[in-house]
Amino acid sequence: MLERIQVLICGGTGCMSSHSKEIKKAFEEELTLLGIKEEVGLILTGCFGLCERGPVIVVYPDETFYAHVKVSDVKAICAEHLLKGRVIDRLLVKNPLDKGKIKQMNELKFYSKQKRIALRNCGQINPLDITEYFARDGYLALGKALTELTPEQVIEQVTASGLKGRGGGGFLTGKKWQFAAESKNDIKYVICNADEGDPGAFMDRAILEGDPHSVLEAMAICGYAIGASQGYIYVRAEYPVAVERLKHAIAEARSYNLLGDNIFESGFSFDIDIRLGAGAFVCGEETALIKSIEGYRGMPVLKPPFPAVRGLWGYPTNVNNVETLANIPVIFLKGADYFTSIGTKNSSGTKVFALGGKINNTGLVEVPMGTTLREVVYDIGGGIPNKRKFKAIQTGGPSGGCITEKDLDTPIDFENLTKLGSMMGSGGMIIMDEDNCMVDVARFYLDFTVDESCGKCTPCREGTKLMLDILNRICEGKGTLDDIDELERLGQMIQKTSLCGLGQTAPNPVLSTLKHFREEYIAHVVDKTCPAGVCRNLTNFVIDDSCIGCTKCAKNCPVNAISGWPRQVHTIDPELCIQCGACKKACPVGAISSKPLERGVIHG
Amino acid sequence: MKTLEELKKLRDESLKKMTMRHVKDGFRIQVGMGTCGIASGARPILNAFLEQVEFHELKNVTVTQVGCMGECAYEPMAELIDESGQSYIYCSLTIPMVREIVDKHIINHQPVHRYLLANRKGA
Repeated sequence: MLERIQVLICGGTGCMSSHSKEIKKAFEEELTLLGIKEEVGLILTGCFGLCERGPVIVVYPDETFYAHVKVSDVKAICAEHLLKGRVIDRLLVKNPLDKGKIKQMNELKFYSKQKRIALRNCGQINPLDITEYFARDGYLALGKALTELTPEQVIEQVTASGLKGRGGGGFLTGKKWQFAAESKNDIKYVICNADEGDPGAFMDRAILEGDPHSVLEAMAICGYAIGASQGYIYVRAEYPVAVERLKHAIAEARSYNLLGDNIFESGFSFDIDIRLGAGAFVCGEETALIKSIEGYRGMPVLKPPFPAVRGLWGYPTNVNNVETLANIPVIFLKGADYFTSIGTKNSSGTKVFALGGKINNTGLVEVPMGTTLREVVYDIGGGIPNKRKFKAIQTGGPSGGCITEKDLDTPIDFENLTKLGSMMGSGGMIIMDEDNCMVDVARFYLDFTVDESCGKCTPCREGTKLMLDILNRICEGKGTLDDIDELERLGQMIQKTSLCGLGQTAPNPVLSTLKHFREEYIAHVVDKTCPAGVCRNLTNFVIDDSCIGCTKCAKNCPVNAISGWPRQVHTIDPELCIQCGACKKACPVGAISSKPLERGVIHG
Repeated sequence: MKTLEELKKLRDESLKKMTMRHVKDGFRIQVGMGTCGIASGARPILNAFLEQVEFHELKNVTVTQVGCMGECAYEPMAELIDESGQSYIYCSLTIPMVREIVDKHIINHQPVHRYLLANRKGA
């Protein structure tokens, strides 16, 4: 029987963890019960991007967008919508502007502002069904390249598109391929770097889970261009769903002879294997990644020689990031001109960002290069929750830096972000509001790099540890002004003398917060107070006279430290207060803040 | 798979079952599927529409269901909205009528006036 309705259930990481698999099962049972199972197609797709509203379900042909669907809602959806055609109002997303409900997916501002190239198939197709990928022109780019183009022409086209490495380096992909092609050797390798390690970044994961074939196709194109016949995908074992779907995709591609010997009768043979990593951040660095595949400890080696000359097992190797590869088929399907028409002059195409932190629409977005940060945060991201004030964005994860309010109107591209003292990185974007202490944020990222440093070179191993000790001291209230100068001195030294990218960029979060939020550091060491109320030892909450006496703070206090009558100014008993910040979050007028104690009194 | 043509053939075949996810403009057929509609047999009508669309390989047609359309006595009903947004409501449908409507109205752009609600209600 023909399917009259297709229900697409998000199978991305976020939605899977909120039971989208169980929801699919419930749908199957309920539809069988109603006897309309054959009329309804159920498809578990990749990530839709709007993870905040997960689990997300889209019902076609009308593109009805249901958010926060629970297993218990399935019965109602089947009986009302699928059987009788009545849309369930309460599961629709509210329009923040006019309080109306949004029925269709394309009415959501979150989607209408985006331009999806790398994520073109995520949330649109079933990642476990290669024929759905065919329907979206899958493997057509590979077919064209193999039958109509020479390897030189393939590289020319990639170079002409201006595609730059999306893993963070921003190096021209076409140039990289050319170097690998120019190295003379019978054996060469293509590696897909899927070792995504930035805290808060999950774009590669979404692509691997939602559209694994696009990566396989691009790797085969790359293999043809540089003359390699073997590819490896280095993916962390922490991504079990991605690994499972990749394995399935590789098997499917082999069965159609899109991987294997003599693809499209062109005489070109290419195969792909998966190599699992243990999840070390440093293995995202290409030389360390190669060492890890070879079976050694993942430690970077000096460049040059670059992997394009001497890479995996000493043979020329080309390493590309997942998102970079996902862009490749589009360049061949729509042409390099199409690709350069999107984005800015120096950075063509789009970039995927993982929005996280204090933002309404946590999730995955893809925007053309040149979009301003303000558009990403406020238009697509939906702004900061709870009417808090925006403070900063951290881009580039532990290697990047923060960007403040005054630079929000900067168009996003590789050069501009570097100019601001941050970097594109792999695309993690953590948004922070007034409740985030910047010293604490810097400490968090540094703590991460201290853990992840491989220990090969001294500046990175010892230097970052020293910096972390100083930051810990400052957060405990034992810091001095000299400590701040010492942080800067150490940071600059580590940047200059480290072996690989991890060490060279590790001090960035500290240096950039020092640049933009020096006054917060000074408040920590001189006034011994944490203005955001995060560092416990330095927090001293007081209620000022703007208190309207709503009693919300007193109700939320877990230790009953707040007293006061309704409609009168409340007070906090500092003896009882445990500095949890619950009152500050609850206050509707922002009357609660962390103030320095009187001079001379040392708190804590 | 041997050639590019084979791949394109595969693509077109798979595209058929996914058209639902791409069609945005063109004709839109809304079948009334309230309790009244279902009781008077809207389900086979809906399926007949789907079969006809598939049979003629029509690419720009969306078939969907809506709730009760308010004229329960004339169910099964279907509202047909053409490219210009003009709406036609057909009522008391049977499967042969569906075939005729798809043939005449959707393929040849000639509304079947004698099946329209406006004409039948008066009679």
